[in-house]
This record gives sequence, C-alpha cells and structure tokens, in this order.
Amino acid sequence: MKHPFDSAQLKKRQRKSMLFKSTALLMVALALLFLVVFLFNIASKGYSAFTQSYIYVTVDFSKIKNNPRVAIERQHRRVISNTWIRNLPNLIKENPSLKNETKKLWALANSEADQYIKGHDNKLKSKDKALIERLKKENRIKRKFNTILFTHGDSQMPENSGFFSAIKGTIMTIIITMLVGFPIGVMTAIYLQEFAKDNRIKQFIEININNLAAVPSILFGLLGLAIFINFLGMPRASALVGGLTLGIMILPIIIVTAQSALRSVPDSIRQAGFAMGLTRWQVVRGFVLPLAMPGILTGSIISLAQAIGETAPLLLLGMITFMPDAPTLVTDATTVMSAQIYTWSSMPQNGYIERTSAAILILLGVMVTLNLLAITLRSRFKKRFNL
Amino acid sequence: MTLNTVLIITILTLLIYYLYSNKSKKHKDRFEKSIEYLLILASLISIAILSILEHSILYHSSKFFADHSIWYFFTGTQWSADSLTNPQFGALPLFVGTVMIALIAMSVALPIGLFCAIYLSQFASSKTREIIKPTLEILAGIPTIVYGFFAAASVAPFVVSLFSSIGVEVSYSNALSSGIVLGIMIIPMITSLIDDVMLSVPQSYTKASFSLGLTKSETILFIILPVASPAIIAASLLGISRALGETMIVLMAAGLRPNLTLNPLEDMTTVTVRIVDAFSGDHSFSSAETLSAFALGFALFIFTLILNTLSIYLVKRFHNRYRYSNL
Amino acid sequence: MSSSIKISIENLNLWYDKKQILHNISMDIFQNQITAFIGSSGCGKSTLLRSINRMNELIEECRIEGSVTIDGKNIYDKDVDEVGVRQRVGMVFQQPNPFPKSIYDNVAYAAKVHGIVKKGKECDELVETCLKKVFLWDEVKDILKEQATSLSGGQQQRLCIARTIAINPDIILMDEPTSALDPISGGHIEELIVSLKEEFHIIIVTHNLKQAQRIADHVAFFDSGHLIEYAPSNILFNTPQKRQTENYLRGIE
Repeated sequence: MKHPFDSAQLKKRQRKSMLFKSTALLMVALALLFLVVFLFNIASKGYSAFTQSYIYVTVDFSKIKNNPRVAIERQHRRVISNTWIRNLPNLIKENPSLKNETKKLWALANSEADQYIKGHDNKLKSKDKALIERLKKENRIKRKFNTILFTHGDSQMPENSGFFSAIKGTIMTIIITMLVGFPIGVMTAIYLQEFAKDNRIKQFIEININNLAAVPSILFGLLGLAIFINFLGMPRASALVGGLTLGIMILPIIIVTAQSALRSVPDSIRQAGFAMGLTRWQVVRGFVLPLAMPGILTGSIISLAQAIGETAPLLLLGMITFMPDAPTLVTDATTVMSAQIYTWSSMPQNGYIERTSAAILILLGVMVTLNLLAITLRSRFKKRFNL
Repeated sequence: MTLNTVLIITILTLLIYYLYSNKSKKHKDRFEKSIEYLLILASLISIAILSILEHSILYHSSKFFADHSIWYFFTGTQWSADSLTNPQFGALPLFVGTVMIALIAMSVALPIGLFCAIYLSQFASSKTREIIKPTLEILAGIPTIVYGFFAAASVAPFVVSLFSSIGVEVSYSNALSSGIVLGIMIIPMITSLIDDVMLSVPQSYTKASFSLGLTKSETILFIILPVASPAIIAASLLGISRALGETMIVLMAAGLRPNLTLNPLEDMTTVTVRIVDAFSGDHSFSSAETLSAFALGFALFIFTLILNTLSIYLVKRFHNRYRYSNL
Repeated sequence: MSSSIKISIENLNLWYDKKQILHNISMDIFQNQITAFIGSSGCGKSTLLRSINRMNELIEECRIEGSVTIDGKNIYDKDVDEVGVRQRVGMVFQQPNPFPKSIYDNVAYAAKVHGIVKKGKECDELVETCLKKVFLWDEVKDILKEQATSLSGGQQQRLCIARTIAINPDIILMDEPTSALDPISGGHIEELIVSLKEEFHIIIVTHNLKQAQRIADHVAFFDSGHLIEYAPSNILFNTPQKRQTENYLRGIE
C-alpha cells in the first residue's frame, strides 16, 4: 500500500519502537507476576495450617496414676500429641467424675501425623502411616479449624504452637509505639508547618528528619540496645523497649505525612481565623487541625502498618527467644508477630513450615486491613473537603 | 554531630531564657508562647534522636577501634569474631558480600523498575496507570520478613534445583536467591522515583520531538531518558542504599559464613546479618564481638548517609533546572 | 492566479472530550503560498493547525471526523502512520524549544533518525545548508558544539526552523512563531518565512494582523471553531465580505 506518508524506513523504525514498548510492558507484567506468584506461594503453603487433625481414641482415665500416657493404647500414643496426653490429668481436675471412666475423645494428632494426614512431607514411620490409614477408614480422623493457632503461645511441639502471645505482644508494642511516635511526630509537623519561619533552622530540622528516614532499620536496633537496654537499663525484649525503638523509627513518616495533611488545608481558612483576631494556636487548634486530622490519621495508620512489619531492630532487642506465654506487663519479655515468624521459620519440624506461612498470612491480613482503613479514610477525606 | 549537640544546648538555653523573661501581661500570650515552645521541643527531639543515634554508634565504635586496627577492619579478609583464641576483625568479606547482594538486587530492580516507570509515565492510559501503580505499591508494603521467608523457602530451593539440573552444585544459602528477592522488593521504590522524574521532563522537548516525526519510543530513548538521567542515577543510589541496609531477607536466605568471593552461587554473609548474629549469643555488652557490631553499624550508617545525600542532591538539581519549564 | 491545491480539508470536526472545538471546516490550501489563520483567542486556529500534522492525537481525549487530504491521500486514513505524516508536515512552535543538546545536534538529530543523512560529511553539509537558509550560519558556525540554550530567543527560533527544514518536509506549520520574540527578531523571522516560500508550503497562525498583512498570500478568519471567511490577503483585508470579519479587523466585538 504505497502512499506518500509511508516508507520502508518508517516501517523499520516502527518495528523497533514496538519492540521497545513491548519490553516495557513485559517488565510490568513481570513485576506483577512476581506479586502473584509470591502471594500464591505463601497462601498455598499456609492455608493448611488453619486446620488441625484430630484422632478419635479411647482414653481409660482409671489407668492414670503418675503417667497419663498409659491411658491410651500404645499404637495410638505414637500418633497423638504428647502435650495433649500430658493435659489429661487437668481434665480429671475439671471433671472429677471422669476418674474411673473410659471415654472416647478426639485427641490432637501430633505434628508428624498431622503433616501426613494433610499430605505434606513428614517423618512418620510406615507402620504409623498404616495405622492412620486404618483409622481413616473407620472415620476416626477429622480436621477441625485450628483454634490452637490463635489461642496458644509458642511451643516446642508444632501441633501445640500458637500465634497468640505474638499477637498480644504486637498489640502492646504498637500501643507504646504510637504513644511515642504520634504526639512527637504530629507536634513536630505542626511546628514545622504552622509556626516555623522559613529559615535555616527549619531547613536544618527538615534535613535531619529526611536523614532519619533513610537510616537502615537495623541501626535503630543498635540504638535501642545501646540507649534503652544498656544505658537506661530497661528490660530486654520487652514491649516497652520495642515500642520506644519503633516509635522513634516511624517518627519521620508521621512527620512527613502530617505535614502534608496540614499543607493541604487551604490557606483561606487560616486567613479567616486570623481576621477574626484569633492567635495562631487558636487558629491551628480550632480550624486547621480538625480539617487535617483525617489526613494525619491516614499517615499514622500507614506508619503503624509499617511498624508492625518490622523485625530487624526487634531481633537485636532480644525478641529472638522462645516465648511460650503471652506478656502481661509492658516490661515482660515478649515477642511480636514478625519476630515469631522469624523464630518459627528456623525451626526444623515440618509442621512449622505451614505455621510460618499461616502466621505470615495473618500478618499480611492485619496489614491489608490497616492499609484499606487508611485508604478509605483518605478518600473520604478527599471527598468531604474537595481537596 | 557535635554541631547538633551544641545547637540543641544553645536553643534549649535560649528557650528557658525567653520563657522566664517574657513577662507578658496577657495570660493568653503566655499560653500561646508556651504552646509554641512545646512544639519546638517536640521538633528538637527529632534532631536529638539522630544526634543520639550517631553518638551511641560512634561511642561504641570508637571503643572497638581503640583496641582494633581500623585499617585491618576495612581491608582485612579474616573475620572470626567468635573465636576464643584469636578473634580477627577483617570486615572485607562482609563488605564484599553486602555489595554483591546489593548489586544482584539492583540488576533485577533497575531494569524492571526503569521500564515499569517508562511504561507507566509514557505509554499507559490514565486508567491503566491508576490500577497498576497502586498494585506495584503493594510490593513495597510487604514486610521484609515475608520476603525473607519466600527467599529461603521457595526461591533458594528453586535455584538449587535449577542449577543441579545442569550439574552445578549450589549452596542453599546462595547469594543469588536473596539478591533477587531483595531486588523485587526495591522495584516499587525505583519505579516511583523514576516515574515522578519522567513526568517532570519539560513537555516542550517532547512536543518538538514528535513534531519532527520521531516515534514515542524514539522520543523516550533519545530525549526523555538523557534528560532524566541524573535523576535515574539518583534513584539507583537510593536503591543501592536500601539494599545495603536490608536485614531480614539476607538474614533468612543468605549465609552466616563470611566468604570473600565474587561467585553469586556461593553462600556469603552481609554486614547486617553479622550485626544480628553478634547479639544472638551470650556475651557481655562490651565484649569485642558486640563492639564490632557497632563498628559495622557505623560503617553502614556513614555509607548509606553518603548515598542518600548524593541522591537528594542530584534530584534537587534536576528539579531546579526544569522548575519553570512546564509552566 | 490559480495555484494547484496542496492540502484539502473537508468537513473537519474535532472534539476534546465532549466539547466540540472545530465545526465543519472545509478549505483548500494552495501550493507555495503563505496561508495565515487569524482570529481571536480560542477560535480554534491553533487546533486546526495541529490537525494538519496530527499533533492533536497526543492529547488523550481527542476525536476527529472528516478528512485532511495531502497529495491525494487523507492523512486520517486507517493505513496512515501519523509519524509518517509529521515527517512531511513540520511544525514550529510559539516558544522556541530546542533540545538540550548542541546546536549541531539540534539540526542533525531528526535527520539522522529519518535516515536522510549519515554521520560525517553528509551530515555536516546538511547542517550548514539548513543554518544558512535560516540566516544563522554566520552567527553560529564557530560555536556549533555549544548548547542550544546559550542562544538568544530569536536565534533559538531560527534554530528550530532550521531543524524543521532539515528533515525535508513539504509543508511547514507555524504556530505564532514570533509572538514570544521582540519586534526586531520577529521581523527577521518574517523575512525568513517569506524566503522559504519558494521551497515550502507554509501555514502560519498569528494574532498579529499587521504580520498577516505583510507576509500572507491567503488569509482564513476563524471564530468559535467556524471558518468565517477565506480569501486572498488583499481582498480579505481591504474588502471583507462578512460582517464578522470586518468587525474583527476593526477591533470591534
């Protein structure tokens, strides 16, 4: 099709240009592919941890004197959780009438049996596998929702390990983080945005904040270690120390987002306030802050989500240890969700692989919720004030 | 750093002076002033933190360097901090390992990030952009520990089996796995920075280019990218800085053994991993091993600070040059 | 004097988003003439100009109906690549916009991409020829390697014209090429435009009526996206046929 605007040269150039554009699109697809593969991978590894296997066995309570293990048939003992067996005397304490009875109960399967039942890699011996198959045929195996994951703390036995102490530890740590980060951060932002004149001191402060934002997170761990634990003698691995350290770490984000929220309040509002004879603080407190608050909260929620995901500094502060019980005071040694994930990931048993993934899913779930909250808040804010 | 402290002390003194010398009649004025001082105090805390950070790291590092040679620290190749008989603190293997993994990360993040930015800013319609950009941001929001788990549990075994299928034996803690995953994590940061910059390239250039019969791709390659290049370099510096300071991904997927090598298929360790490792044992706070962690932290701090400052300087210069061109 | 037709615009309608900017424009542009588009701000003259080299399409929500036929081919046909159109229809803008490159590269660049010349002697000759045609050669022949931004406004605009003619177009579109310049530089550009008339077909948008009178052969007057009157220059300026044209020329609303 020859016409005056066509040429072979042009066609060649267009082909090369198409190649360039396709490469760019390909890279975008690649990046998105990573995201999909990654999420799918984690989800597929973790979803099985949300169920737990139970085996229907006969328990002869009359046989329990010193050793509860004898209450159960030997062959069944090999596939049932030892922790569950050790808990049998407590059942008698709660219900003394059980003392001489023989009952059929759903017992918690031990980790290797559980892994076998779920079809994962396991170390179960072949005769135990055969047992499980027989029990399956007799309908004595079932999988229930894994409440242990949410109610128990860490344990030496994977089947008995839960995320609860980590969740509680995170909540306590985060409260301290916000108590530190929010007031100081917002006040700094108010000062920089509303009060400070545009001079060298203000620039100096802002440069410092930017530098603080760029510091690798692990160095805050060193800071917490050197100052809070070593110099001030605060307890290691406590929510207090963790919260203080994280609070300092998220300061720059809170400051920057709060400043931006304050900046987006139209100047006409301030002018109106001044025209009424109000002082600067009265204008800020009565007019500017309320309008900027949704934006400030959005930024704070986002920084909160980031803090929840932080691990490295907390590891340095000691949250690397085995933590079975949930903390009660902020000064108790504790662990947080991210640190718990780290310790579980280094445990050898197969049962921990699925639990680590499940814990990651829970953590991601929390972060997604927080981010969605922040986003809806931000769009509501934009709509209400047409900013 | 001492400038910070001097400044803080001067300002605090001034504050106290003004607070008590200001005999204002109006209660309202005094209240107003004290609110302002409270806010100033909050701001000073922010500077103070950086200052305290610098000081504590510097203090403990200097205690380390009092007993150990700085020269050997930066050039020595033997790191055996936990040896009881003759601990050596040559950190070169650590620095090399850190840089290696960071470079692997950048070789993933820069091409992908650059092209994503090109696509988003030049080719994508506004609707597509509105969908893709936030989606990429999700990659940035995923906690690094999750990336680390992915690297250790999925990527590393994959790399091992990939190479064993061609007969090459590769360690499970190979640097490649952590490098690649680290790169994926950095992609959104690079994309966002470069995208921002490309949108600031003056439209007069692109208009001229199109009117001369250049295609969009040619315009991007020959006009936009050269103009944006200082800012692209700045974005890379920022990416490298981020990669150097990253802990969890390398902690979970890379090795613990200091290994001076250029082979990405081997296991090696980084400065950040070493710092965590130094505190996982039972030693006193002032032992050489813990102090060496502070020395490493100091080196990391200085290096990332330099990279970040350079990056910000380049971006500022770029924006100043073209500030009035799009009006 | 009848000249043959170079560009034939038929029933051209254009919308940005939902708003219609051009209404049913039909006109013929003649060969080797300087045609001027005049009219008040927002009348659509620049938009029409951009329709001739398909630069409007760079703005996302632009819709066009109708045809613009150059050398017998409608440039809006499906099989026409707009990049190819712009090689034949060059454009000079109101604000001089040289590339952030050397003076030499500014002129040579697009020509090299189009394969008109190869690097080396061929290219040097092209640069010299084009710079001579815009009367810039003597001023810059010793500083060819310097950045184009070091030139004055008038020189930069001439450089832009040189760059445009380097790719050997047929038609040159000029969108208020002198309004950003001082009167003396503007005058030089006007002389330049007249000298280019032999080789190129030129359409110029201007809000400067005196300028149109000075250099245009044909003038088209637009108002609110409609073509009101189109006639040889002396007829339109001395004996306008439409009341609207007359009012515009007199500066009356």
